[in-house]
Amino acid sequence: MRHCIKGGQIIDPAGGYMGIGDLLMDSGKIIQVAPELSGNEGEIIDARGKMVIPGLIDLHSHLREPGREDEETVASGTKAALKGGFTAIACMANTNPVADNPVVIDYLYHQAKEKGYVKVYPVGAVTKGLQGEELAEMGEMAAAGAVAFSDDGKTITNAAVLRTACEYSTLFNLPILLHEEEPKLAGSGVMHEGYWSTILGLPGIPSLAEDVMTARDLLIAEFTKAKVHFCHVSTKGSVELIRQAKSRGVKVTAEATPHHFSLTDESIQGYDPVYRVSPPLRSAEDVQALKEGLKDGTIDAIATDHAPHTLEEKHREFSLAPTGMIGFETALGVAWTELVETGWLTPEQLVMKMSANPARIINRSGGSLKPGEPADVVLFDPRQDWVLEKSQIVSQSKNSPFIGRRLTGRIEAVWVDGVLKYSKERFA
Amino acid sequence: MIQLPKDLLGLRELSAEQIENILETAAVCKDIFNRDIKKVPTLRGKTVVTLFFEPSTRTRTSFEIAAKWMSADAVNLTVASSSVAKGESFVDTARTLEAMGVDVIIIRHSLAGTPRLLADSIGAHVINAGDGAHEHPTQALLDLFTIQQKKGKIAGLKVTIVGDILHSRVAKSNIYGLIKMGAQVTVVGPPTLLPRGLAEMGVTIETNLDKALTEADVVNILRIQLERQTKAYFPTLKEYSRLFGMNCIRLERAKPDLLVLHPGPANLGVEISEEVSVHSQSAITEQVTNGVAVRMALLYLLTGGGSKDAALH
Repeated sequence: MRHCIKGGQIIDPAGGYMGIGDLLMDSGKIIQVAPELSGNEGEIIDARGKMVIPGLIDLHSHLREPGREDEETVASGTKAALKGGFTAIACMANTNPVADNPVVIDYLYHQAKEKGYVKVYPVGAVTKGLQGEELAEMGEMAAAGAVAFSDDGKTITNAAVLRTACEYSTLFNLPILLHEEEPKLAGSGVMHEGYWSTILGLPGIPSLAEDVMTARDLLIAEFTKAKVHFCHVSTKGSVELIRQAKSRGVKVTAEATPHHFSLTDESIQGYDPVYRVSPPLRSAEDVQALKEGLKDGTIDAIATDHAPHTLEEKHREFSLAPTGMIGFETALGVAWTELVETGWLTPEQLVMKMSANPARIINRSGGSLKPGEPADVVLFDPRQDWVLEKSQIVSQSKNSPFIGRRLTGRIEAVWVDGVLKYSKERFA
Repeated sequence: MIQLPKDLLGLRELSAEQIENILETAAVCKDIFNRDIKKVPTLRGKTVVTLFFEPSTRTRTSFEIAAKWMSADAVNLTVASSSVAKGESFVDTARTLEAMGVDVIIIRHSLAGTPRLLADSIGAHVINAGDGAHEHPTQALLDLFTIQQKKGKIAGLKVTIVGDILHSRVAKSNIYGLIKMGAQVTVVGPPTLLPRGLAEMGVTIETNLDKALTEADVVNILRIQLERQTKAYFPTLKEYSRLFGMNCIRLERAKPDLLVLHPGPANLGVEISEEVSVHSQSAITEQVTNGVAVRMALLYLLTGGGSKDAALH
């Protein structure tokens, strides 16, 4: 089907088109982008006053399927992602059973094909059962279509195992996504160690726990020349370590989540487990460092770490609640409000970090509106204010800290492979 | 009249006036110890539940006596920590008690923040009897009351708190209360047990006990929790005792009227020597007496009591 999005402000830094223009798509591909198109435009969408950006790509999410379909499924998770402007999402391997074999990878592709609203890129485990000991079948999973490897949720504490995994991964040219937290230093901590953990009397996780692992794994990345990516960087120290490593030419990449660059540990004052997340929300100083890292390119991507949990799991004692919060539906709004509205990042920089850069990290197409690319497109109104209400959340779980918060920037419509899948609160 | 909030979750959220009011009411309540018949009808018809998820004899008994002397119906509920493992929902337990018409719930829990979760879930008054390393407000109030009684004032005094500040809810509540009442607070302990952010709480930090004692008017010695030794914050109890233990040599070097407090139960010979614990400058047993008076005052004030003078009527 032929569509032409006319008169919008096209923001396509990866494709090199910036400015008012028309975007023509057909048969699932971008056909042409130009200041003004005419003739044989098919269905016309008026985008005047709005922005046209590439479909967002999320490097980090938990769809909970298989195993925890009470929290989220491929269907409900991808529907939430679509509403948030994502046209492709990578989902982590910590399911039950763990995605440490090609069967689970196949299953996820099957579910996505049958029930998914957006593209799903399964991530395979680095080690069997996420145990950090024996390598999972990385080659078999790569053949089945795994886009990366990660033991996310757990840190690979054994340096020899990680070194081996890194070296082996170079066979497939796929990245290893690392969750960095030294478990002995983290101890029984449930929040960032600092002033607020002292005030609240909750056991703290020092930023040191993340920093020592980041430092170690930067060295392992440098030594093995593997594609290493740092998940949800949360500390000032890690930002600085990654910055230094990049400046001496180490080929690593990093992501930050909207919650880590917009919320601090002070949010935990009321002991509401919705704010319990791993790594924990850090201090205002760390938040500032993340923003600086985003600005200077130390942090390449913004990823959600969408982590659904049921009400029963979250409405309980802070220390006993599981870590994680949902993020698909608020990611762009939070990022736009916190980073672009404040002048911290340009719209182009934000779009890069939420589309082209994630695509590059997992070596997939997308993230650009160049002719020939898949027609994954988002129509976005950067001036529209909105407030997230619990009843509007599409994700099966409602554990969002942003309920009730005013955000600027609203997604109007989303095309996946040229098909209009979401438009003004309605799903196709 | 100075109102208290619905719940007493910590001293961080009380004003100096509210604390002052509790201490003045406690002074009235303490008179009950001079009576032959230690029972007043003030809380007749009220139901007070102690809900303890952590073992405790002193605090719980103190609350129970306070409630009974004021004629409230006191019910003790011990929830084995294993029922948490069984998956029993804390919020559900709270709602059940609420449905039974309970007026006040006194809760102790090993996890910080649970009294807040309880208070947010139900309409009954909640008193925090100690939650994790967060707060133990009634202990701090009885410490303040003891200082007030012994020294005649709190404002302007130099108070030194010694020991495991990192895990101590008693220390935290004392710091808030003392600073609000105008005292100067110094905390002393091994660096491994001094948490981050302490200085921002308005205290002076010291690692040398002898130095911290030179000008102190009051020393509050925290219990070393032997069960935490597995994590090894210091090498041995002997070494701890040498560096941070309160003994007669240190007592003699300090101001002659130094008041010694300990929240109990003491590890005699570790953080405090037996001699110091029974010394005339020690108010440890009086703290226990004062604990009942303070808890009577709180039950009275929280359940909507009138003027302090009416507490025993």
